[in-house]
Amino acid sequence: MSMHKISLRVNSREHELAVEARRTLADMLRHDLGYTGTHLGCEHGICGACTVLMDGQPVRACLVFGVQADGTEVRTVEGLADGEQLSDLQQAFSDHHALQCGFCTPGFLLLAEAYLAETSADALTEAQARELVASNLCRCTGYQGIIEAIVATARARRK
Amino acid sequence: MTVIGTRLPRAEDPRLLRGRGRFGDDFSAPGQLWARVVRSPAAHGEVRDLDVTEARNVPGIAAVVTAGDLPRDLVIPVRLAIADTDLSGFLQPVLARDTVRYVGEPLAVVVGDDPYACEDAAELVGIDIGGRPAVLDARQDPPRVAAELTRGYGDPGAAFARAAHVVEIDLAIGRHSGVPLEPRCLLAVPGREPGELAIFGMTKVPVWNRDLLADLLGVDETLIRVHAIDAGGGFGVRGEFYPEDFLIPWLALRLDRPVKWAEDRAEHLMAVNHSRQQYHRIAAAFDAGGRILALTDDVVQDNGAYCRTHGVAVPELTVAMLPGPYRVPAYRGRVRVVLTNKTPCGTYRAPGRFEGTAAREHLLDVAATRLGLDPVELRQRNLLTRSEMPHERPISTLGTEMILDTGDYPALLAAAVAEAGRLGYRALSAGTALPTRKRRGFGLAMFVEKSGLGPQETADVTVSRSGTVHVYSGGTSLGQGIETVLTQIAADAIGADPGAIRVTAGDTAAQPFGAGSWASRSTVVGGSAVHQAALAVRRRAIELAARVLEAAEEDLDLAGGSVSVRGDPAVRLTLADLAKVAAPASRYLKEGEAAGLSARRRFEASHMTYPYGVHAAVVEVDSGTGRVRVLRYLVAYEVGCAINPMLVEGQLRGGVAQGIGGALLEEFRYDEDGQPQAITFIEYRLPTAAEIPPVDVLLCQESPSPGNPLGVMGAGEGGISAAGAAVANAVRDALGLPGSVGQLPLTPARVCALPGAIAGPGTGGRP
Ligand code: FES
Ligand code: FES
Repeated sequence: MSMHKISLRVNSREHELAVEARRTLADMLRHDLGYTGTHLGCEHGICGACTVLMDGQPVRACLVFGVQADGTEVRTVEGLADGEQLSDLQQAFSDHHALQCGFCTPGFLLLAEAYLAETSADALTEAQARELVASNLCRCTGYQGIIEAIVATARARRK
Repeated sequence: MTVIGTRLPRAEDPRLLRGRGRFGDDFSAPGQLWARVVRSPAAHGEVRDLDVTEARNVPGIAAVVTAGDLPRDLVIPVRLAIADTDLSGFLQPVLARDTVRYVGEPLAVVVGDDPYACEDAAELVGIDIGGRPAVLDARQDPPRVAAELTRGYGDPGAAFARAAHVVEIDLAIGRHSGVPLEPRCLLAVPGREPGELAIFGMTKVPVWNRDLLADLLGVDETLIRVHAIDAGGGFGVRGEFYPEDFLIPWLALRLDRPVKWAEDRAEHLMAVNHSRQQYHRIAAAFDAGGRILALTDDVVQDNGAYCRTHGVAVPELTVAMLPGPYRVPAYRGRVRVVLTNKTPCGTYRAPGRFEGTAAREHLLDVAATRLGLDPVELRQRNLLTRSEMPHERPISTLGTEMILDTGDYPALLAAAVAEAGRLGYRALSAGTALPTRKRRGFGLAMFVEKSGLGPQETADVTVSRSGTVHVYSGGTSLGQGIETVLTQIAADAIGADPGAIRVTAGDTAAQPFGAGSWASRSTVVGGSAVHQAALAVRRRAIELAARVLEAAEEDLDLAGGSVSVRGDPAVRLTLADLAKVAAPASRYLKEGEAAGLSARRRFEASHMTYPYGVHAAVVEVDSGTGRVRVLRYLVAYEVGCAINPMLVEGQLRGGVAQGIGGALLEEFRYDEDGQPQAITFIEYRLPTAAEIPPVDVLLCQESPSPGNPLGVMGAGEGGISAAGAAVANAVRDALGLPGSVGQLPLTPARVCALPGAIAGPGTGGRP
């Protein structure tokens, strides 16, 4: 297999590496670069556990090839907290019991971050949050805490 | 200050929120090989040839093994053996040798440097299977019966003969399962000693799995260490001993290299235990006043191709728990465990209770219609009352006598009905001015759960020099929040802040006597062991402090992590101080006295404790498309004592979501050749936020369990037990069906086939 040399930034850190053309972004982040917070629940684009931000846009890292990330800025769950300080969204997830096993959590956090970044000026209704949350799968929580956490964060950021 | 009963933020959250959880595939070892399992493409047939030459020649492939490379007659034994059943002829081999019996059955394993190359090589294994007809319907005649069980008492025949009313229905429960979001993963790292292994990825029952693995490998069990990890959901299926749990460690020893295996989703859906699929024919005899005289159920369980580690636990629980919260003078439940050419079955959250509760509670709603009684009134007439508790049922289950230990069933039912009324469920289900195709309905179901299965759990509590209180429990972390719950229990018992407690759950070196996390047992049995061990450490701390302070023990108190003299808070010793006082060279130790501020305690439970609850649902059925939407859902649940109410509510809400999945969406279907039709999340429909309504919870702590020092009952399964029943009853109500809905899950096609489901003037919504 021929290898391709690429460079990208992950959570503001520069990386250069050589990857096979068929290697997924998820495998590259997890196994080549050590960002194991990006999880794989299905590897076929349904569950959203692998959601990361590529140039600010949420993508399913299992459906993107590593080479496609060449020259981009990728944000993973490891880049959300400020040192030991959880982000407001992360804190809200804990406060609202939005996670149990936590396997889906990185995907929901990044999905919500992207959404909130775009629409922070608008009111986020529970119905809108539910629709957003319906993009990804969680097998543990029944989604209620996830929805509440995102709505609460949107509200707090608006203030 | 007590920590028990508070909504303490979870100890697990910070690491999980930061992406610092340690899930199976997050572990790697230098020089590791990757494994890929080659699985049968055929549902049933004779293995004529397996040609691995081409696969072996792929660059980077270290080995390809087949059944011929393994010890002969290697099968996976039953963990939950039940008296009088011999399943030895139906156990699954680690790799199929002569015959394959379901699509997905392991045939070979490819091991190599790179997982992508292993997948390539696996596809090059030449498989020649002589096809045989696949058995896909457990009701086929003659059935291949692996076991038949009967549970019961009294004389149902006589009761049916003299009954004023007899009501009988059929209800089929669909094949579905736990499907945790994280697929399975296993890393086995050989050590320096022959037979030494470090294992990452075994959960649920790590000590049992370690011991079995040691037996199968013929090594001493202490050579194997199963490490504590985070697991992306368990739900009964994760952590049982599967073929891969032998293959990966065995390969690691044989190749003397770390071997890692990460399952993909398609594999998971055809390899991991299926569950639930049963056909019930259930009947009840009533007197003229609507009182139950007898209950019978005849069940066929489609167990798939083999009997796995659970043996016949699911069918046994089905018939043992079937009478539920009711006064049933005579009962007989019979179940036949039938083998088919599908993925084998095991337990899934609320095993046997989801199925049995659906059958019984649906029967009661049909009976209420027949008898002209309100469904709540019919139940109230038959519920066991507080004065009848404890209620001994002449039935054994999981090797224990069934004694419904405590509770006030009629009061909880009344409270649930009142709560549903207060929240407007009845008005919502009456649904005025609906479009003609839409029908609404209200459904309710009651259930008894079981929890706290023994026989024992062991806990070690030890204080390190920093004053940190370490708790080593045999439970495992599956997402349920066990670290938080045990922290709260230990904090209160010892008298320390929760921040000073550190829980390690499921490491076989740290806790070699653990019995694992399953059957809603960890808080009850594991928590009680931690409670006792922490109390013992507390006593020891006070004893040592008394020596140092030259005070009487009764004048000392331990709170907030320090021992102080009552009335003189200035004189105090912290747990850190006392850990040093207990250190081996301490001058405070008496001659012959063991060092360390620590204790090990074992909590024994000879009987289970039985929580109970009520589910209520409001649904809207589109009688044209057959789509069912759950609009509101209530769970009322008696938990005895909620260590952390937030976590109990979370367990209940999550259980409801899974239950709605099993009632409406999730199903492992097969085509006529036995090819699985649900091998991605496109076909296997896990509920999303769009299908799950907000879930109301009425959490009751009125009836502490008498069987443990904390008064707790388990909460892992009460959210799912009655979900099939409540949804089925609500759909039946919406469509005004006279009889049973017939089959779960209620997919649009099945709903459309029901008699009430024709577009026209609405008849639904009778509250
Ligand atoms: S792993 Fe990428 S969507 Fe599921
Ligand atoms: S918390 Fe387990 S899958 Fe969402």
